[in-house]
Amino acid sequence: MRRTDRIAEPWGSRTPYGPGEPWPVRVDSYLADGVTADDVQHWAQSASILHSNGDALDIAVVDGRIVGVRGRAIDRTNHGRLGPKDLYGWQANNSPDRLTRPLIRRDGELVETDWDTAMDAVASRTRELLCELGPSSIGFYTTGQLFLEEYYTLGLIAHAGIGTNHVDGNTRLCTATAATALKQSFASDGQPGSYTDIDHADVVCLYGHNMAETQTVLWTRILDRLAGPNPPRIVCVDPRRTPVADHATVHLAPRPGTNVMLMNALLHELLDHDWIDHEYVDAHAVGLAELRKMLQGHTVEHAAEVCDIPADDLREAARLIGTSQQLVSTVLQGFYQSHQATAASVQVNNIHILRGMLGRPGCGILQMNGQPTAQNTRECGADGDLPAFRNWSNDAHIEELARVWNVDPMDIPHYTAPTHAMQIMRYVEDGSIRLLYVTATNPAVSMPELARMREILSQDRLFLVVQDIFLSETAQLADVVLPAATWGEKTGTFTNVDRTVHLSEKAVDPPGDARADLDILIDYARRLDLRDKDGAPLVKWSTPEEAFEGWKDCSRGRPCDYTGITYDKLRGGSGIQWPCNDEHPDGAERIYVDGEFWAQPGYCESYGCDLVTGSPVEPTEYRALNPAGKAIIKAAEYLPLHEPPSEKFPYQLITGRTLYHFHTRTKTARAPQLQGAAPEVWVEASTGDATREGWSEGDILQVTTPRGEVTARLRIGGIRDGVLFLPFHYGYWDVSSGHEPDGHGRAANELTFTDWDPASKQPIFKTAAAAAVRVAESGGVPAPAPTTTASRPVTSAVPPTRGDPSAMALEDAATAGGAR
Amino acid sequence: MNLAQTLRSLHANKVGAAIEELHRSENDLAAALLSVSDRHKADHEIFYVARDIARWSQEHVSRLATVGRDYDLDLDPEPEDEATLLARMKQKSAEIVGRRHEPALLLLADLRHIQRTAAGVSVDWEVLAQTAQAMKDRELLTTAQDCHPRTLRQMRWANSKIKETAAQTMVTG
Repeated sequence: MRRTDRIAEPWGSRTPYGPGEPWPVRVDSYLADGVTADDVQHWAQSASILHSNGDALDIAVVDGRIVGVRGRAIDRTNHGRLGPKDLYGWQANNSPDRLTRPLIRRDGELVETDWDTAMDAVASRTRELLCELGPSSIGFYTTGQLFLEEYYTLGLIAHAGIGTNHVDGNTRLCTATAATALKQSFASDGQPGSYTDIDHADVVCLYGHNMAETQTVLWTRILDRLAGPNPPRIVCVDPRRTPVADHATVHLAPRPGTNVMLMNALLHELLDHDWIDHEYVDAHAVGLAELRKMLQGHTVEHAAEVCDIPADDLREAARLIGTSQQLVSTVLQGFYQSHQATAASVQVNNIHILRGMLGRPGCGILQMNGQPTAQNTRECGADGDLPAFRNWSNDAHIEELARVWNVDPMDIPHYTAPTHAMQIMRYVEDGSIRLLYVTATNPAVSMPELARMREILSQDRLFLVVQDIFLSETAQLADVVLPAATWGEKTGTFTNVDRTVHLSEKAVDPPGDARADLDILIDYARRLDLRDKDGAPLVKWSTPEEAFEGWKDCSRGRPCDYTGITYDKLRGGSGIQWPCNDEHPDGAERIYVDGEFWAQPGYCESYGCDLVTGSPVEPTEYRALNPAGKAIIKAAEYLPLHEPPSEKFPYQLITGRTLYHFHTRTKTARAPQLQGAAPEVWVEASTGDATREGWSEGDILQVTTPRGEVTARLRIGGIRDGVLFLPFHYGYWDVSSGHEPDGHGRAANELTFTDWDPASKQPIFKTAAAAAVRVAESGGVPAPAPTTTASRPVTSAVPPTRGDPSAMALEDAATAGGAR
Repeated sequence: MNLAQTLRSLHANKVGAAIEELHRSENDLAAALLSVSDRHKADHEIFYVARDIARWSQEHVSRLATVGRDYDLDLDPEPEDEATLLARMKQKSAEIVGRRHEPALLLLADLRHIQRTAAGVSVDWEVLAQTAQAMKDRELLTTAQDCHPRTLRQMRWANSKIKETAAQTMVTG
């Protein structure tokens, strides 16, 4: 048993292991001051909801109150480990400013009301609009943080009950490209990789993925491999010197917006050296000839110039990839939120197809998720997809779904892909959507170009419903605010990026009158009197477990088949990976074994799209291209940036996360240890730029783009020259101005521009042209940025990030009994 | 004189006219795309994608000027600059704006125009590709094979945007 300050040591102690060995167990726990494990009256099984890794944990309860957490040793995901957000984040549940009563706008002010009044207002406005303007005047914008049962119910209500096509999640901002990239290459969503691939890999490539900060426990797994015998070599693509870059054999720091060029050069090298598994490609893939043609002239020398990285580094990265025996690749926001998001991410898939590195131990792709339950938003049809990876342009799939829901196929809009979030906001802007129902997300801070977003959300003609646990910036603009229960206060399941399904049990009652999201949604459906084609209630369940059973029916025979999972089966043991059915009664660690894909024209989720224009591939065209349902090698041309730097705006602005916060800090800022580690916004610049501009650590900079300005202290760190970084977590709910800037901007999205990848519709947060000037000197105060992460200062004069005594957590590496 | 040269000397006038016509129509398509882009700046995807794919037509203009030399044509390899193009489009735009009050309807009308213009360009490429084969003109054939797929993508883009926006515009807008 070891006491560790997990603010100072986010990844904790090393438990080294070698290739093919099981990852040792280390049980991490943290209990409120003065509480010991013996005091805990009840441990409720759950998993983390403050990042996407899916760390399994138990929630400690004393006298009906959450008092801490402990990692689950038995779980395949984390083998007992927890990250800093898992350890400290639960304290937000007990925060005194939780929403406990519904609010309704009266004479311009939000005032407390009762559930009946609030829900009646929402239901009657919905009914009015259905009569006046029809179902397309109603939109739903959800999240990556509800539970599977809630998304499935929401999808059913929206698609089949109300009949609107406007349903999406904030997953559009984080994981849309992951899904789209998988659909291009394998014609279906679903991760080809498994976390256990890290136990075997000899090369791990992280593309725009600062795993050390976004999935700390998965990074711990890599650190433990690196500390053991025969460690894997790491290839890191990131414009910042992240903790991943520190451990990389090759670190490529490209100019933002040039990922496709970089990937094409790597592929060019693979082809040039014939580092190709021809037998695999011949048997299991289509499209190699088109790729060869596209890559003509994409030499490392050319890419070195465009991306501004050394040609030899590119060659070395290609050699590591090309000669690896067991290759794992992970991809995240550095690709997903950048120019040509899908095109770049698809090239990572292409590497694995060309090298035959799929469906075997140590050979996996993890197109990562950014949120804990984003996978379920995608699976359940709450994010611009139809439930259970059904294909909106395949009529047979719509008929099947209509049978499951007992509705007429015409009642499910499928004349085009479900509307993506950015377009939903556009329809709100042009007045054709008049009611927007937002669940558990905060677009007033997280969407690009906030001045525009605030205008959109504050319109009088818009009826804005916000269902959340705190009065977020978005909730402050709402007409009705519905107080929700959160993790630990309701039961449900959710699934992480490697398809592991976890059960999260209710540990305590929600505060005040707050209710579970599922209960609120069902109440809404009942008030609208939504019915199936035989006149029975459309939503046929009232508990999470019943909803889960309903979902299982819907998932039957589809790639994400849950039919073999029950709540009971999830209780007590490890999470279970889908597909879990008669064929795989204990779940499936790997998919795409032996080059078998879900890409058959009649079965696949998607026919793909044009990577430049986003136009869907027509069904007939897909059948001709890929009749046998093989993997698809899809080539992509490099396009110049949409907003290149200019004389007036000479820098490239990228935004991103820090390890200690999640999203707009609604929870993490209410956990004192996390908030203390990263209390305020900062801006990062390189030593080269700082020297040239005459800036010093802690100087106050004003960063501007044509959209707005943000004022922040400067951290001089390991970012590439010409690039500025702003963390996107900081909004206005904890400053006096409430939902908008008071004088100076604090939210990174004041600066970002409204543009998205035409294929995945994911907004571009990483290539805005920006200017920066110093408005005040530091006065000896350094930037309030963590020193433990990618924001590490170049100077040693900044005091290191440490927790106070309340941050001491326990690590127990001696616990008997292991994860499977 | 080999067969290809013989064929070229016999039919240079007609083929030259076809290249010239396509050179003009690709310039038109670029203009139409840039115009749609500018007029629908609030529809961000339209704004950016239309500009990205207008570049294809501009590249085609330059490639047509190159192959045109074999047919004694002196076509401008530089695509018409944006100002000239937009000036040319003004009249057409005004016409459409005058008839369509609703901006969303205007977008539909503009996309319809793009699809029809691209369809015309596509037919012209078909004709040129067939001709190139009959003439055994490899350079012309390669040009058609490189460029024509992009025209189809431009056309499909317009069509898919129409499908995406039509229902909202017609029923709810």
